Amino acid sequence: MAKQIEVAGLDAYYGTHKAIEGISMTIEPRSVTAFIGPSGCGKSTFLRTLNRMHEVIPGARVEGKVRLEDQDLYGADVDPVSVRRTIGMVFQRPNPFPTMSIFDNVAAGLRLNGRHSRSQLDGIVEESLKGANLWNEVKDRLNKPGAGLSGGQQQRLCIARAIAVRPQVLLMDEPCSALDPISTLAIEDLISQLKQDYTIVIVTHNMQQAARVSDKTAFFNLAAQGQPGKLVEMDETSKIFTNPAEKATEDYITGRFG
Amino acid sequence: MTVQTGIQPISSARRAKDRLVQVLVYLAFALAVIPLLSVLWLVVKNGIGRLDMEFLTHSMRNIGARDAGGGAYHAIIGTLEQVLLASLIAVPIGLLTAVYLVEYGEGGRLSRTISFFVDVMTGVPSVVSGLFVLAFWILVLGMPFSGFAGALALSILMMPVVVRSAEEMLRLVPRELREASYALGVPKWRTIVKVVLPTAFTGIVTGVMLAVARVAGETAPLLLTVFVTDSINNDPFNGPQMGLPLYVFDQAGRPTDTAVDRAWTGALTLILIVMLLNLVARLITWWRSPARRR
Ligand SMILES: Nc1ncnc2c1ncn2[C@@H]1O[C@H](COP(=O)(O)OP(=O)(O)OP(=O)(O)O)[C@@H](O)[C@H]1O
Ligand SMILES: [Mg+2]
Repeated sequence: MAKQIEVAGLDAYYGTHKAIEGISMTIEPRSVTAFIGPSGCGKSTFLRTLNRMHEVIPGARVEGKVRLEDQDLYGADVDPVSVRRTIGMVFQRPNPFPTMSIFDNVAAGLRLNGRHSRSQLDGIVEESLKGANLWNEVKDRLNKPGAGLSGGQQQRLCIARAIAVRPQVLLMDEPCSALDPISTLAIEDLISQLKQDYTIVIVTHNMQQAARVSDKTAFFNLAAQGQPGKLVEMDETSKIFTNPAEKATEDYITGRFG
Repeated sequence: MTVQTGIQPISSARRAKDRLVQVLVYLAFALAVIPLLSVLWLVVKNGIGRLDMEFLTHSMRNIGARDAGGGAYHAIIGTLEQVLLASLIAVPIGLLTAVYLVEYGEGGRLSRTISFFVDVMTGVPSVVSGLFVLAFWILVLGMPFSGFAGALALSILMMPVVVRSAEEMLRLVPRELREASYALGVPKWRTIVKVVLPTAFTGIVTGVMLAVARVAGETAPLLLTVFVTDSINNDPFNGPQMGLPLYVFDQAGRPTDTAVDRAWTGALTLILIVMLLNLVARLITWWRSPARRR
């Protein structure tokens, strides 16, 4: 059940500092959308507004509209907890729960949200770990601590943990920035597989990666230092990388700045 | 003048400085350890003689002023009950306060006020907490001297220690872990209970043990609240009790050698009890730690 996301006129603030301004876009279901742009232009901030994670930072707030199909995510009676259950997230740095085993890490989202029978959990954990390409490496040590895995394995563990709760959208903030090329490739393969069932948004600093995995690409930029970040353009990935409409996009992609 | 470039051997001046500081550090360590060891040595040397079954199982009832024998059973029971009750009061309140300060306070006016008063409480001399319970609980409310009154006084001393140490431990839990939990659609309170507190568990237990060790040896507040008795009183809610620090104080003030011996043994018993509690806490944290399952 992948769903479409529609954003209209979105601003996000940290206290009085406006980090992003006037962002409108449509994110298609069953596709991969990549966000690119120079450091500090608000990619992470924007990503976090999509599942109401922005507001967990003290003083942070959002203005504007985000719709998931026909639901306003910032509606007055919407429970942010249920939004986050529907729209999962993988962070830049792998962050498995240090007190939990590999099994418990993957089961955490389900366990912390309600009762499941052991056999149900077993099934979901195996399926999620297979989905994250990690099952073969860890199937013999599910009871060992999650923190004992390598960085790349930990990141795939976090992906397994995120897909175990069956979200409809998966947000990934530079999921490969701390990984070696082999783990990166494994995760890119995984993203291509996952897009059959999920709507995927990925932030990346790696142009090749954006070109490889995404269907659409959005380029963000700052007008000047201290100004809020804005969406410059968004289009088919092939078009952005070969024939972008804006000069700034071309300059960024060809490495003339950023 | 030559400009020095490239990789150089360590200069002899730096080597000498390194040696000097090393010696100073070891000296400081020795200075800190000498009093500790000498206290331990004295207590063990003077206390081991009377550390027998009679001491651990008998009270001072019907022991005459010059008699040998007698024991501290009533004081051991009293100390255990008083410290347990004090912990039952102080640990939940202290822990919840710390959770409020770290997770919900967000630097607001209320949390700053609480923080200020916790600091003030840290500085309250122990005899004042005893006086407070004496004045409020016993004189105004008309409650009897009891182990519970002593526990109240001790809990006042424990609370700020628990709050401060738990607060520090909770702040050490990385933001990313909380966010990972929120991003799975886990409500804030469950995140605190299932992710934040277990992650900080070891540190919190250590902090609680420090608080217990601190109050287990308090004499002044007990003097004013549990009074002194030579008989066994198992009921901490009724009537005067004894405590090990009180017992030591009481026996050491008596003029006979047998009483002074009992005081030493009482002190040794108190040290042993605190050590035993620490050991139990270590075992609990080891048993709960992820390293065990590796
Ligand atoms: N917790 C925060 N508190 C205050 N300001 C913040 C916070 N996080 C980010 N910002 C500010 O918001 C702006 C956008 O930051 P953001 O992290 O979204 O950038 P980014 O595009 O993800 O950068 P990068 O590519 O380096 O990850 C920056 O100016 C940053 O300083
Ligand atoms: Mg970022």
